Amino acid sequence: MLRAALKHRLGEFALDCDLEAEARATLVVVGESGSGKSSVLRYLAGLLRPDQGRIDLGSDCWCDTERGIWIPAHGREVGYVPQDYALFPHLSAADNIGFGLRAAGFARSEVRRRTDALLERFELTAFGQQRPSQLSGGQQQRVALARALALEPVLLLLDEPLSALDVETRHVVRTELKRVLTGLSCITVFVTHAPMEALLFGDRIAVMEKGKVVQTGDRLSLLREPRSRYVATLLGLNLLAGRVVHRGQGSEVTLATPRGPITAAESGAGDELFVVVSPDQVTLSLDEPGTSARNVLSGEIAEILPEPPYGERVRVVIGPAPVFVAEVTAAAVAQLGLAVGQRVYAAFKATSVAAYA
Amino acid sequence: MTRRSSWLEAGGRIGTLVLAALLGALLALPLAGIVLRVTPSALLQQLAEPTVRQSLWLSLETSLAATVVSLVLGLPMAALLATREFPGKRAVEVLMDLPMVIPPTVAGFALLMAFGRAGLLGKSFSALGITLPFTTAGVVVAQVFMSVPFLVGAARAGFAAVEPRYLDAAATLRAGEVYGFLRVRLPLALPSVIAGIGMCWARALGEFGATITFAGNMAGSTRTVPLDVYLLLQENLDSAATLSLILVVMAAVLLAGMRQAGLGLFAPPRAPRSAQAPAR
Amino acid sequence: MSFRGRHTGLALGLLPALAAMAAPLAAQQSVTVFAAASLTEALTAIGRTFEQRYPGVTVKFNFAGSQVLATQMEQGARADVFASADQRWMKYAEDRKLLAAAPVTFARNRLVLVIPRSNPGGIERLQDLARPGLKLVLAGRQVPVGAYSREALTRLSLADGFPRRFDQLVLSNLVSEEENVRAVAAKVQLREADAGIVYQSDVTESVKPQLRIIPIPDPHNPIAEYSIATIAGGNSLGRGFVALVLSAEGQAVLAARGFLPPGTPTP
Repeated sequence: MLRAALKHRLGEFALDCDLEAEARATLVVVGESGSGKSSVLRYLAGLLRPDQGRIDLGSDCWCDTERGIWIPAHGREVGYVPQDYALFPHLSAADNIGFGLRAAGFARSEVRRRTDALLERFELTAFGQQRPSQLSGGQQQRVALARALALEPVLLLLDEPLSALDVETRHVVRTELKRVLTGLSCITVFVTHAPMEALLFGDRIAVMEKGKVVQTGDRLSLLREPRSRYVATLLGLNLLAGRVVHRGQGSEVTLATPRGPITAAESGAGDELFVVVSPDQVTLSLDEPGTSARNVLSGEIAEILPEPPYGERVRVVIGPAPVFVAEVTAAAVAQLGLAVGQRVYAAFKATSVAAYA
Repeated sequence: MTRRSSWLEAGGRIGTLVLAALLGALLALPLAGIVLRVTPSALLQQLAEPTVRQSLWLSLETSLAATVVSLVLGLPMAALLATREFPGKRAVEVLMDLPMVIPPTVAGFALLMAFGRAGLLGKSFSALGITLPFTTAGVVVAQVFMSVPFLVGAARAGFAAVEPRYLDAAATLRAGEVYGFLRVRLPLALPSVIAGIGMCWARALGEFGATITFAGNMAGSTRTVPLDVYLLLQENLDSAATLSLILVVMAAVLLAGMRQAGLGLFAPPRAPRSAQAPAR
Repeated sequence: MSFRGRHTGLALGLLPALAAMAAPLAAQQSVTVFAAASLTEALTAIGRTFEQRYPGVTVKFNFAGSQVLATQMEQGARADVFASADQRWMKYAEDRKLLAAAPVTFARNRLVLVIPRSNPGGIERLQDLARPGLKLVLAGRQVPVGAYSREALTRLSLADGFPRRFDQLVLSNLVSEEENVRAVAAKVQLREADAGIVYQSDVTESVKPQLRIIPIPDPHNPIAEYSIATIAGGNSLGRGFVALVLSAEGQAVLAARGFLPPGTPTP
């Protein structure tokens, strides 16, 4: 069990985050670049000292600024895979993998044995004698991972492991990496800026914004109940917040939001509630719709963005702030003749949204 | 391109070539002068002379010893300067560079003040049975004094240029600072270190002013090739030319060899495999 | 800075340089004297007198071992006057047609043995030089005083009261062969050497406190003969300088610094 509480002055903002992670599980820390997430890994690795904080792994204390405890990197059972892998250019892949074993004082024969096993496990046996510069991106990533796991660390740290790869390789490596991580018994902390990777890899996800963890939870809870616009935007969802103005039948509730009144069929208790609306639940029209959808808001189109991979689905961003995003087909856009600046009406059913605290 | 910038382009290019050629000539002509003066038979004859062999051997011995000493003492200093901040660091940096800028004779005089019989450590040395002036050991000390800055400078730059991310990675792999230095920083800085060794050795080989002032001038024990050449200039110019040529060739071979060794360390990588099937 | 501003700055910067170049043009008369190192103080003093007598004239000196000077001149170094500490190097210059006129002997000098005042070698008399383990410094063979020193040792080994192989015994104590006589004196002064042989005139007022002298008796003392000559292609001021050296005034300066007059009969 990893428990970390870190506070540090980082240039323009202050880092202040609390994290927890379990063994045999992956915690994904997701956020924009500059949110402090890479720094978190460096504190956990023992490469940086926080102004204030504690890092406990089970019963071992790696850092406690109050008691003056600080174990530097080489004293921690940690495996670290930096963003660009930092493979030693002057050593072969096999020697890279065996570096930690040799540094820890294992006998040469033991180092050789374990290295060979790792090469095989990561399907690198044919490339063992090559230098990192002679390997492809995917191979380099596997070497970096093997190197980090060679000493069987209790904590594995991965800094944006997929971002250095080209799009095609990433696709394949992603699946492979997921398989590897699932089979590990250590605690894994994975940092990324891509929400999709967070959702794929994270047993638990912590969202960081400007040095603070704004929400933690598993995949489902984040998708269902994002609690900040940042998290929602990260996940590609619309989030509206407002105070309750009317409670109807059952648990129906109407909120006054910056974009007008919103009615949700389900709700929790409380006066200030969130409503999350998935863009594909929204329909667009040029005139006031006369449908059964109870929620209608309007605005001018700020952007029209084709979604990869083929642009068949299109995101229509409706201003002004806070923006509201609808996802429709390219055909619909053409049919309606939607263009930037045009006034549109966005509608969605009350039954498709739930309000929560 | 405007008229002015095309003049600039042409002028800059030509000017650069002309100035570079001038410098090349400035350095090459004196050396050519020596080469042209020495006939192969004269060269062989000189090499057979016992006094010439003596000073050549002495030069090789002492410069090699000086280089080894410089390596042993200089690498740790270079490591410290490259990796640590400490009070007085600026002063130490200046101190390390000083022998490069003070006149060698002044350096020799300073060495006498410290290690001569009447110097600061004179009595202690005598008590320990150590004598430096007028001895071969003194020659080595003078050479170390004058040439170690080259090694420290080059090695330090090499150490400092090693990217921190490699050392960070090493740290997470159980490497303490010393292990990380020996296994990561030093190997990655090796080309610079080797270049430093080459410069140090060449400088030691050519050392004159400090040697003659501190260690004296005596055939067999302290008369290295540079001192011998200086003497020969007053006796026999042909012998002086021959010996000069030998020294220049030795130094040139040394420097070229070191450069090659430094370059050869990182063989250019084969082109990395891009999207090969299977895309792994 | 604007384009014009830069150029103005450059022009202003050049003015002092131009002024400096113009200055020597005013005092363009100079006489260059190449002289043996042992003549440093004596000739410098005579040079000052010369400059006072002929305002606007500067005397430039190059003091070094006579052997160095002769070879420099042979290689094309410009000089107006050459003063050598022995006949050998003057003849060297003469043989190579470097002289404008016949050389004249203008002074002589005795050799002396000098030891540091603290006498680390425990030397009380000349015979002690043969004791093994001493550190003796002499000038190189090519330097006049170096040749003279070796001649003195040879003469001493033939003298009464000295062992037959005195010169060899003493030379086995040689630890360094210096470039000029002043370097020998310096090594003794610095107490690095136990003993050295220099000219009597080299024991100047400034070094006297640090040195002790052991004289070499005249019959065994090769008296150095200094000669002076003008150089071919040199300017006429050279003649004037030589004349001053040979005059009563110049001779007095030399005598005051321990030199012997040229005329004293040699043993």
